[in-house]
Amino acid sequence: MNQKNRKISVIAGGALLLLLLPLVAVLLEETYFISLFSRIIIYGLAAVSLDLLLGYGGMISLGHAAYVGIGAYVVGIFFYHAQEMEPIISIPFIMHGSENALLVLPLAIIISGFFALVIGSLCLRTKGMHFIMITLAFAQMIYYFFVSLEKYGGDDGLSLYSRSSLPGLDLSNDLHFYYFCLFLLIGFLFLVKRTVDSRFGLVVRGGSNNERRLKALGINIYRYKLVCFVIAGAGAGLAGGLLANQTEYISPGLMHWTLSGELMVMVLLGGLGTLFGPILGAAVFLLMEETLAMYTEHWMVFMGPFLVLVVIFAKRGLFGLLTGEQNNNG
Amino acid sequence: MKKIVITVFLLMIATHLCAAEPIKIGMITTLSTKAGYLGEDIRDGFKLAIAQEDGKLGGIPVELMVEDDGRKPGKGKQIAERFIKRDKAKILTGIVFSNVAMAVVPKVVRDNVVYLSTNAAPSKLAGKGCNPNYFSVSYQNDNLDEVVGQYVTEAGHKSVYLIAPNYPAGKDHLAGFKRYYQGEIKGEVYTKLGQADYAAEIATLRAAQPEAVFFFLPGGMGINFLKQYSQAGLADEIPVYGPAFSFDERILKAVGPAALGVKNGSQWTHDLDNPANVQFVKAYQEAYGRTPTLYASQGYDTARLIGSALQAVAGNLDDLEKFKAALRKADFASVRGNFSFGTNQHPVQDVYIREVIKTEDGYTNSTVKKVFANHVDAYASECKM
Amino acid sequence: MLLVIEQFLNGLQLGITLFLMSAGLTLVFGIMQVINLAHGSFYMIGAYVCATVAARTGSFLLGLAAALPAAAFTGMLVEFIVLRRLYKREHLDQVLATFGLIMFFNELTRIIWGRQPLFLDVPPWLSDSLELLPGLIYPVYRLAVIGVGILVALALWYLFSRTRLGMQIRAGASNRDMISALGVNIKLLYTLVFGLGTLLAGLAGVMAGPILAVEAGMGENILILTFVVIVIGGIGSIRGAVAGALLVGLVDTLGRAFLPTLFRLIFQSATADAAAASLASMAIYILMAAILVWKPKGLFPAHS
Repeated sequence: MNQKNRKISVIAGGALLLLLLPLVAVLLEETYFISLFSRIIIYGLAAVSLDLLLGYGGMISLGHAAYVGIGAYVVGIFFYHAQEMEPIISIPFIMHGSENALLVLPLAIIISGFFALVIGSLCLRTKGMHFIMITLAFAQMIYYFFVSLEKYGGDDGLSLYSRSSLPGLDLSNDLHFYYFCLFLLIGFLFLVKRTVDSRFGLVVRGGSNNERRLKALGINIYRYKLVCFVIAGAGAGLAGGLLANQTEYISPGLMHWTLSGELMVMVLLGGLGTLFGPILGAAVFLLMEETLAMYTEHWMVFMGPFLVLVVIFAKRGLFGLLTGEQNNNG
Repeated sequence: MKKIVITVFLLMIATHLCAAEPIKIGMITTLSTKAGYLGEDIRDGFKLAIAQEDGKLGGIPVELMVEDDGRKPGKGKQIAERFIKRDKAKILTGIVFSNVAMAVVPKVVRDNVVYLSTNAAPSKLAGKGCNPNYFSVSYQNDNLDEVVGQYVTEAGHKSVYLIAPNYPAGKDHLAGFKRYYQGEIKGEVYTKLGQADYAAEIATLRAAQPEAVFFFLPGGMGINFLKQYSQAGLADEIPVYGPAFSFDERILKAVGPAALGVKNGSQWTHDLDNPANVQFVKAYQEAYGRTPTLYASQGYDTARLIGSALQAVAGNLDDLEKFKAALRKADFASVRGNFSFGTNQHPVQDVYIREVIKTEDGYTNSTVKKVFANHVDAYASECKM
Repeated sequence: MLLVIEQFLNGLQLGITLFLMSAGLTLVFGIMQVINLAHGSFYMIGAYVCATVAARTGSFLLGLAAALPAAAFTGMLVEFIVLRRLYKREHLDQVLATFGLIMFFNELTRIIWGRQPLFLDVPPWLSDSLELLPGLIYPVYRLAVIGVGILVALALWYLFSRTRLGMQIRAGASNRDMISALGVNIKLLYTLVFGLGTLLAGLAGVMAGPILAVEAGMGENILILTFVVIVIGGIGSIRGAVAGALLVGLVDTLGRAFLPTLFRLIFQSATADAAAASLASMAIYILMAAILVWKPKGLFPAHS
């Protein structure tokens, strides 16, 4: 079996697994797995969006959780105002809260994307280590802002008491919610795949390897990188909006830098720049956390060295191990 | 007729089989992170009650499942879901922090599962958000501040300076203090969550010249503050007060002499003189080799309360209403002495002021006086159940 | 006025504590091009070992004497086992591997020392307060921290500009192959530099121990501040670390001290307290973002 076929069969196998999993879970009466895997899919979505930055754009952002958090807060705030029957803003125009997923999820995407645009336009002036730290700094600012935002619960967060509504689907039903998330994940993957394979993607990837050459070609790499940053932020915002629905709860904990770190771990575990790998990474990370925690309270003492080993030995992550590609780029 | 007899017989077998299966209790608690010892004490107190009955509570076999939430709301929620959906647990307990509680409790009580709080009891769940499936066995968050407010007023301090972290719980706790304090507030400062250095705040505080200081800084923040306050030479000049969270026996080991003589508010101390408490403290020390903290007492009381209700319904949780009715009676010997539930299913109990003292075993607390008898929390009237 | 001087001193002292942490980190960054998120873990190890030894022997100095080699030795071990393999890798790999190390060390301290925080007190001979100016009383221990910080800064300056070893290290930073061609064992040199960095982290942990809670995870809070410091100062530059640390210490302390008063002049008290507190907790991040937008390489960028 050649490498390309092998890769396709791995992806197809994964997709089939995700599609059939809920049915198996229902048959085995293990419905808990449906909600666990909804969570995995949502984290996978966030990890894919981060992979766009880390794996393709060469932009190491340690503040990606901020956009997840913003997306979650958009959904949460609209929800809160819909429940309290109180407009979000009354000047200069009246804006009411909403529970409609068709409104709040796109808003979550747009608003996180907007924040990514503003923050990215400043951060992209720096490089390397400085870029890592400045993305972290902005995430921390947003984190502390929401911690002290009393209206929406601050550090205690906000309980949503139910999920968003969507015509034709009942999102409170775990099965419906699962397929809704899966649908969005596939949609996002499709979009990202198209993006990285396009001319735009080539430029962004080229930019992470050799910026000077592109400059000589008269290409303004800054703009391309910024667009990439915005797409990633918007994707994370969508994941945040879904996460708010999945847990029916939002808190600034979603923006904490350790979550940014965990998302990075998922990307690297699954395979940097492999697009599909991060979903596998999210699954392995969350399942390991789940099972290790059942056996020992001190699960982190095993998780830590495991990460180190993955970094040292599996350069293309678990996805690379499965597909057999280890070192080629792309 | 024959059919009915057979059916009844089968039903009896069925219930018998169910009874033989241990009752599952899911404990979601914080064992990792800096605050891990809080969950450890709650768990150990709870386990002690089970161990004293050889794996039973109220004569009914129980199985305790414990899992670490890492202080993360999302993770707590995930564990709760697993306990409910996979393990079919009907009773959950154990959460240490309000943010985890806010993520877990509103959802699980809607799923018709009983949740008993061993520590966190945010105001949102005590007032409008109260629920027949939610019981707080510990307190309402503000109680331990209210008692200090009352005591500081009684002690005749005409002005105070207040410090808390800048998040809603910090504001709630200061509000609790202010509800009962009647003097002048010289200043009210909110610090960064998790702040390490308090030199700036202490200097400002000294300049404001209050007669007393009240602080709510849980965990490491409290250790930092107390050490630095004492190093600044203020401990002898301006007395400090706070709720028990910064003065449990394990944190005192880390604070050392800086906490000596500080008066703090609590609903329980290991020296309370009632038979249930005397045997609890002795048994806990024998089992774990350390003095129980208030968290341990809360875990123990929760287990014993569950035991009393399980006994009343003979281990049958099919009719949850009966089980809840039995819980509401609070028919057990609490280590706190007086204990009953108010209309919002939060404790109605005595609250004390205690003082940090030094013994041969190190630093600990001794009860100074009972300030409130049968104290009801401030949110009970908002609860419509 | 006295209060302003005192708060200034507080800011200086916080800045110097931060410098102790940053010096080691910026060294490792600047010379080895390695991002070490686990730097805070060595700070924690320093504090834990010192607290343990001081509790057993009753001597803070013995605690210090044990903590420094412990931090340095663990550091060199980590370099030998893990980081050595990551020098030529991307920053991302280093971030993740050291993120894993943080998890490991935090949990390990919990297993070894238990979950409750440890106790470490100011040694009796430093526990007094001194009247610096009439009415300005300051704890001697904090003055001692300032003193140690200045000594470390001087020692590092001497090491790098006046000794042979320092020159080798600097040469190794700018051209790795050249220096190994000259017969210097570059691997050993890197291990030593890393050990020196973690020793400084351990020293910072020991100095902070009597002021702060000694607990698992204590490194992370200060770690982020440390990163802010070196990024502001310019990576790899000791001079930058000094400047960045003082700037961060002062902005943070003065913000906390005076923002509430300032805001009260403008807003009502409840809003003022909340707004001032949020702004004070964000102040250093705003400072950092502003500096990086203005000077993308920090205030004193190192030559490489």
